[in-house]
Amino acid sequence: MVMLKNRDIISILDFTKEEISYVLDLSKKMEEQSHTDLLKGKILANLFFEPSTRTRLSFETAMKRLGGDVIGFDDPGKTSTVKGESLKDSVKIVEGYCDIIVLRHFLEGASRLTADTVNVPVINAGDGASQHPTQTFLDLYTIKNTKGGLEGLKVGFLGDLKYGRTAHSLAYALTHFNAEMFFISPPSLRIPKDYIDQLKSRGITYHEVDSLFEIRSNLDILYCTRIQKERFADPVEYEKVRGIYKLSSAVLDDLKLGNDLKILHPLPRVEEMDESLDSTDYAAYFQQAHSGVPVREALLAAVLGVLQ
Amino acid sequence: MKKLEVSAIEEGTVIDQIASKSTFKVANILDIQNIDQVVLVGVNLSSKKLDKKGIIKIGGKQLTQDEVNKIALIAPDATLNIIKDSEVERKFQVAIPDTLEGIVKCFNPNCVSNHQVIQSKFHVMNKNPIKIRCHYCERHMGGDDIELV
Repeated sequence: MVMLKNRDIISILDFTKEEISYVLDLSKKMEEQSHTDLLKGKILANLFFEPSTRTRLSFETAMKRLGGDVIGFDDPGKTSTVKGESLKDSVKIVEGYCDIIVLRHFLEGASRLTADTVNVPVINAGDGASQHPTQTFLDLYTIKNTKGGLEGLKVGFLGDLKYGRTAHSLAYALTHFNAEMFFISPPSLRIPKDYIDQLKSRGITYHEVDSLFEIRSNLDILYCTRIQKERFADPVEYEKVRGIYKLSSAVLDDLKLGNDLKILHPLPRVEEMDESLDSTDYAAYFQQAHSGVPVREALLAAVLGVLQ
Repeated sequence: MKKLEVSAIEEGTVIDQIASKSTFKVANILDIQNIDQVVLVGVNLSSKKLDKKGIIKIGGKQLTQDEVNKIALIAPDATLNIIKDSEVERKFQVAIPDTLEGIVKCFNPNCVSNHQVIQSKFHVMNKNPIKIRCHYCERHMGGDDIELV
């Protein structure tokens, strides 16, 4: 039996297939029924050391829809961090004010350090280029809802596969469901070898190509990612790959990747996806962003032990 | 009686079966330039087990567990001989533990362990060839990436 009470949600690598499926089923229940007072009296601390719109607001919405309350900050410049307070000290203080901590930080591993430091459960809302597990749960939830299941899908990943944490985590999670994967990126932004090694060890069929036009197969899902300027140490390297992919309705029709293709994107988008796609049947990215609420409701309720 | 290529010591520790090219890395781990007792170092010695081996003999010193763990990472075939009254009191091969705490630096410059005052921590995924995963940032490191603290 799956038990998530008091569990830290730090990395998708920590979850079994059974646990992932359980969270997705619970998310469906949260979406279908209202649970107004489920977390009444509980307080979530939203600690955002790095900018975010969707993740922070959807955690806040999820907590409030379940009757809970939210404290926190999204500008570390107004906290004791600027006085030199360590992350460990900051979170030790905050744990006395709340029932659960949601943390986004620019340093990789900051959430694991927080979870090792405090006694309340910790949810990683993104740490540097490393993990963003709740995004992966909502990506899987959207794929399941749009395709009717998760087993044996053909999934393309497009864009910044070197620094794109959401692509890394989703690729790993999909190994539980025997997906065939297509990685489309310029050579300088290939998916890191660690992740390829994981796919190999799990017997996953995968392909690495430079262009979508090299794919000779229908796809079920195309997962687009933004080329993240903020992850490049050298601006010249960013300019070399900026705008290399531009998806539009016309390009998608030319590509012939299948009529049932659904496009996902963790958003925000910049140049890689044209607004002409928004009104097509391919577009699932707004539905994906909205899925953040029921998925985070499910995780909060399960971790705080009010729903199993 | 076999002639010793490196003289014996009466008390202390002998680190034997070091891959020859790693001998001075092991010497650095043990900070031998700051030891005021006898230290004998041999390299490129013949060995049945290794192609060429190194050996370090240190008078009066017992190794700490951290030093043993570091040597295991750099020289996984090394054996330790504890010498007392010119006899081998105890002999054992170094072993890489399942978890390494505070002895390896994470090679990811954005890892929290390189920015906060905490001990690094790694989970050993494979011992030969060595492959470790950072407890914090989850990056994998192999033999060439490993930098000791």
